[in-house]
Amino acid sequence: MKTTFQSFGTQAASLFLAATLLVSCGKGGDQKAENVEADKTSGNATTTTAITIKGSDTVLPLAQQEAERYMAQHKDASITIVGGGTGVGVSALMEGTTDIAMASRELKTKEKLELKGAKKDIQEALIAYDALSVIVNPKNKVSQLTREQLEGIFTGKITNWKEVGGADAKVVAYSRETSSGTYEFFKEHVLDKKNYANNILMMPATGSIVQSVGQTEGAIGYIGLAYESPEVKSLAVSYDQGKTYVKPSVAAAQDKSYPVSRPLFFFYDASSESKVKPFIDYILSPEGQKTVLEIGYVPLNK
Amino acid sequence: MKTTPPVKRNVSRLGEKAIEAVLTLSGTVTSLTVLLIVFFLFKEGLGLFSQTPVSEGSVIAVSAQNPVKELSSAQIKEIFDQEITNWQEVGGPNASIQLFSVDDITDYYSEEEIGKDFEYLPQRLSDLMVREPNLLVYFPEEYLAKDFKGHQIKLKNITLTDFLLGRQWYPTITPAVQMGVLPLILGTLWVSLGAILIALPLGLATAIYMAEIASPRMRNLLKPIIELLAGIPSVVFGFFGLVVIVPMIQNVFGLPVGETALAGSIILGIMALPTIISVSEDAMRTTPRAMKEASLALGANKWQTIYKVIIPYSLSGISTAAILGIGRAIGETMAVLMVTGNASVIPSTFLEPVRTIPATIAAELGEAPQGGIHYQALFALGCILFLMTLVINLTVDYVSAKREAK
Repeated sequence: MKTTFQSFGTQAASLFLAATLLVSCGKGGDQKAENVEADKTSGNATTTTAITIKGSDTVLPLAQQEAERYMAQHKDASITIVGGGTGVGVSALMEGTTDIAMASRELKTKEKLELKGAKKDIQEALIAYDALSVIVNPKNKVSQLTREQLEGIFTGKITNWKEVGGADAKVVAYSRETSSGTYEFFKEHVLDKKNYANNILMMPATGSIVQSVGQTEGAIGYIGLAYESPEVKSLAVSYDQGKTYVKPSVAAAQDKSYPVSRPLFFFYDASSESKVKPFIDYILSPEGQKTVLEIGYVPLNK
Repeated sequence: MKTTPPVKRNVSRLGEKAIEAVLTLSGTVTSLTVLLIVFFLFKEGLGLFSQTPVSEGSVIAVSAQNPVKELSSAQIKEIFDQEITNWQEVGGPNASIQLFSVDDITDYYSEEEIGKDFEYLPQRLSDLMVREPNLLVYFPEEYLAKDFKGHQIKLKNITLTDFLLGRQWYPTITPAVQMGVLPLILGTLWVSLGAILIALPLGLATAIYMAEIASPRMRNLLKPIIELLAGIPSVVFGFFGLVVIVPMIQNVFGLPVGETALAGSIILGIMALPTIISVSEDAMRTTPRAMKEASLALGANKWQTIYKVIIPYSLSGISTAAILGIGRAIGETMAVLMVTGNASVIPSTFLEPVRTIPATIAAELGEAPQGGIHYQALFALGCILFLMTLVINLTVDYVSAKREAK
């Protein structure tokens, strides 16, 4: 199985990830992009079903792992997975250059309209949830923040930790780069669609955010739940002006009490349902959902 | 003297001709490739200046009775960030601004009213402009009704001055982007300058040591080590910088954050060292032996010979080394992306986060829709980078030509 990586960003990030993994034996050690093309049993006259999957970089490690295990069981399947971002996946689906679009968000109204215009009947399959943790340095006294405070920090209104009950120290906010789906998700969900301040530090990969927050006392950043590590402390977040604070965890994301989480989807064209359904069913099976948990995402609550 | 038979002579001539032709051809192909790349870069980059900052195929409009005719992209950003909340602040009536994007249509109309295939959507958008006088709407152009009752806000094209002197780099925001690259240009220059200040003295000292002072054994030991340094991938340098240099800078200077221009400069300085050392050392070793011996015979000691004879003689080689070093520093991407923090603010000291042009291109090009405004802006950044290196190279040529004329 080989995932052809096309986006440079993904390549760089995975290289970085590989480097990080060499040093920190964190979770997700099998997230390295090292898929090898399903060796089609050469000489065998079995028909192979080839599926191409394209889209969100958030879903990428999960889809890769699922595809690897699926192909180990089904010798006649060949699945090619490419990252590039949700938007890229959806437009490829529209052009018909991919069978499945991976998405880390719902379809936007605009995209729905475009797909309608292209006379496509698009089906969606919810495969897992992803929760974002807001992390700070373990030396930081602050252990909970409201959404409004987070907005203030990332839009540059709050610059000192003492404004939110911490020590008298400068806030150093880390974010992912603009090309990341996580960046958009955080902007929409936590910053209420407002823009990040321009003095925010932008990191090329989630691994670098963990590294930097772990070594910078006044740091704050956001990462996927899967990347939590002992070097950083995750905060409890409140979406009701500080009445209830919820710490991020798989259970809290599943019962929807943790607010900063998002659904992960596969979108596919109704006409190719027979081709992609077996793979999607595999992901939704207990075995596939176990992989979801291993990769560090949140399984569907069944 | 043996004369070669005519046939053989002709064959060998033919062979020479063929070789000449091959050499000419490869020269031409190489030059053409370079020209083509430059042409492509500028073609894509210059497209930016025929674009308006509104994301392609979108409409920004207000109701017809609203006197606001023009908004700058900075004003639009502030409105959508809810910094500007009243129409009065942008020359309109005293009423609060209500934002509307096409996803909000269901708040105003039921699904039946919009139509199953959105066939009534243009009509509804138009009606909305009458119904809600304080709206600022933003929707795709294809839903613009022919008799649209609102008033479209047109934004001016992006000008070269806006692009070069703008201080805000928000390439992906909707509905109107802001493309100011001044912080990125300054960040690039800042980091490269720092890198050269670190690498040049260090590299020159090493080169002098290796060319003139070290024993042959020492030299044969050092040379492969330095060449090994050139073979390390930049991701590894970047990771080393993030894990070792960044915390070090943070502790030494007592900063709130270690990802700074200085971290980038140190890493780039280390990366430029092998180039600077090997080129300037080769230049020094070409000093004619007669000159060195003459100097020593006249009673100059070793050190005087080095700085009175060898360095002046190999100056053009040394400046070439410096340029190649700067070239390496200016164009370096991955290592810088990892250690400078990439905040797009104009730096005032070496101890602040900066964002460089190559890092910006690398981080953003993957997600910029091809041919769109963001994509073109990144190519325009590529053009700026190209012009920077061109200017540096021309300066060196000029300087070394002047020296040789003396």
